[in-house]
Amino acid sequence: MKWLLKGGRVVDPANGRDGAFDVLIDGETIARVGRNLPVDTDTQVVELPAGIVISPGLIDMHVHLREPGQEHKETVATGTAAAVVGGFTAVACMPNTSPVNDNAGVTEYILKQARAANLARVYPIGAVSRGQNGEQLADIAELRAAGCVAVTDDGRPVATALLMRRALEYTQMFNIPVIEHCEEQSLKGDGVAHEGFHASSLGLRGIPGECESIMAQRDISLAELTGGIVHIAHMSARQTLDAVRYGKHRQVKVTCEVAPHHFILTDERLGTPTPYDTNAKMNPPLRETADRDAMLKGLADGSVDVIATDHAPHHYDEKHVEFDRAPFGITGLETAVSLCFDRLIHAGVISLPRLIELLSVNPARIIGVKGGALTEGAPADLTLLAPDLAVTVQAAAMVSKSKNTPFDGWKLRGGVAATIVGGRPVYVNAAVSGLALLSDRPAAH
Amino acid sequence: MKKDLLSISDLTRDEIYRILETADAMREIGTRPIKKVPTLRGKTVVNLFYEPSTRTRTSFEIAEKRLSADTLNIAVSASSVQKGETLADTAMNIEAMSPDMIVIRHASSGACHLLSRICKSRIINAGDGMHEHPTQALLDAYTIRQHKPTIEGLKVAIVGDLLHSRVLRSNVLLLTKLGADVWVCGPPTLVPRGMQQLGVTVSTSVEAAIDRADVIMMLRIQQERMQGAYFPSLREYFSLFGMTSARVALAKPDVIIMHPGPMNRGVEIASDVADGPHSVILEQVANGVAVRMAVLYLLAGGVEDEVAA
Repeated sequence: MKWLLKGGRVVDPANGRDGAFDVLIDGETIARVGRNLPVDTDTQVVELPAGIVISPGLIDMHVHLREPGQEHKETVATGTAAAVVGGFTAVACMPNTSPVNDNAGVTEYILKQARAANLARVYPIGAVSRGQNGEQLADIAELRAAGCVAVTDDGRPVATALLMRRALEYTQMFNIPVIEHCEEQSLKGDGVAHEGFHASSLGLRGIPGECESIMAQRDISLAELTGGIVHIAHMSARQTLDAVRYGKHRQVKVTCEVAPHHFILTDERLGTPTPYDTNAKMNPPLRETADRDAMLKGLADGSVDVIATDHAPHHYDEKHVEFDRAPFGITGLETAVSLCFDRLIHAGVISLPRLIELLSVNPARIIGVKGGALTEGAPADLTLLAPDLAVTVQAAAMVSKSKNTPFDGWKLRGGVAATIVGGRPVYVNAAVSGLALLSDRPAAH
Repeated sequence: MKKDLLSISDLTRDEIYRILETADAMREIGTRPIKKVPTLRGKTVVNLFYEPSTRTRTSFEIAEKRLSADTLNIAVSASSVQKGETLADTAMNIEAMSPDMIVIRHASSGACHLLSRICKSRIINAGDGMHEHPTQALLDAYTIRQHKPTIEGLKVAIVGDLLHSRVLRSNVLLLTKLGADVWVCGPPTLVPRGMQQLGVTVSTSVEAAIDRADVIMMLRIQQERMQGAYFPSLREYFSLFGMTSARVALAKPDVIIMHPGPMNRGVEIASDVADGPHSVILEQVANGVAVRMAVLYLLAGGVEDEVAA
């Protein structure tokens, strides 16, 4: 059976479209995109309410689904449920599970759980090194064959320059990126917050921005040496962005991502409104205003390729401790779209097509998966956005298993109307009126 | 006053002076043959110490007992923290027994803030990690006032491990609030980033810092800092920053020398300075009791007339 989305603004930068188009979905694929498409008798028409944007499905290429091994924080099922509520039709999940995703068995397990959950698509990312120990390469060909789309030792950097070099060489056989968590470990020490006035005042051990940029410089140099593909994860420091710009200028195959908290919050948050709030503790840490502003500039000028959330769920008990004992990380899947609308679109930092590049087109290209475009014949992964929806972030109401967000209570403008994966509406936002027809579709989850 | 004393920033100038003036009355109690007043009778004070401490714990306990509070000490060793219950659980358990005040010392900065969010009891910070030690700064101010007519305009040099010192942070907040000209001095490896924003002068020259100083405050150097490569050797540290008689001569003739203790003789301070005529180190200890009595009393919501009675 076919159905036709009418009345939306299609923003599909990969195909150069931005305007009033109809989208015809046939089963699991996009059949046609065009103006005033004819309606066959077997086509159900869904007339969208005014103002709805139809985007290619959003892809979060940096999430921690925690399964296997840390199911008290999140599972593939709860994490993908959070993803679709957040408008993401696909997520790429990090390998620092227990056991580490360094072999096909773990990859297949994750994919099996994803099929069972049947919500967002899940693209596992394998480990660079066996056990993420930084000593020996993992079986990357095996990981690739099992479905991994990239490799990383995320949670920590690839331990040595030599191993990183080998990884950047070896992965060229599969044309996949090495995603790097940039952190010079000795410079980080036992730091827990950005090194600066706020950490100094609060007596928190500091992590300077150079801790990140030094490692990024190493990896960009090695990518230049080898011709390999490096993707700099969760960038936070202005010096790192400069390193990426330098690499791009030299035609190095380097891309980078930034998380919403790093272009919105600063280290001032360590002391106010709640001093030592463990939901202001993440790695890399919230940095100072100059860094935050540099991230906004990078988003606007094209230097930043991707917005990814670094969704890092942690159990309440783990976060309800002394600041220096709490784990790093916050959730991100369910807040990203609203934060991006409010702080980037409505604040006039970037355009909507640019946002969709950052959240869909570019991540699809970097991890080499289908999606990122509303192309005829492609899987019908779409995100319907409500740019003016009034949203109040409510941690307690989140579907992620963990509620560790610093944005609880924030009032934001813009949100998700519906999430469609493979032609199936897997999430319809009850707060957006006029979407009943989507909810009523028999395939609705 | 606020419900808790977690940081000097919780106090206004007036509240600081009120504590110091109340401490005068409290000090008098310590000179009586029977050093006890019924002021906090029936109040329960828990001293929750997650770090070993002799001076501060004893000082609080004596202060509490002189005010007739029912006190109990809970010493939690670092090892039992690893396997034991969380700080939040401990706090909730203590809170369930309805104490009136909890005095906490903890190795993590902000641990007292966590307690404050959980407990209705009044919380007094007796040192949290590298953050603050507000009663130390108050007793330091009290001691300075015994020797100087006013803190406003005094040149105060604080010398030592600035990075890891909670005494430093509390003193900087308090002394700048009261109008002192505060200089801080130590090797650049032990100077926290952004220190200048607190309104102090940062110097790596001890001679410049103590030049014509009215007050010199030494901070303890922990031997394990050498492993962190903060400085090469205790010998070199002493040669650059150690407080010797020759250096003391650069300060004003009536300079006072302070140290929060415990001292490393021959590391940050020469023995002849520690025991010399300018040293007020033991006065600081004595004043600690009176100042802590004042803090306990004022936080408990006392009225000054009761003390005089």
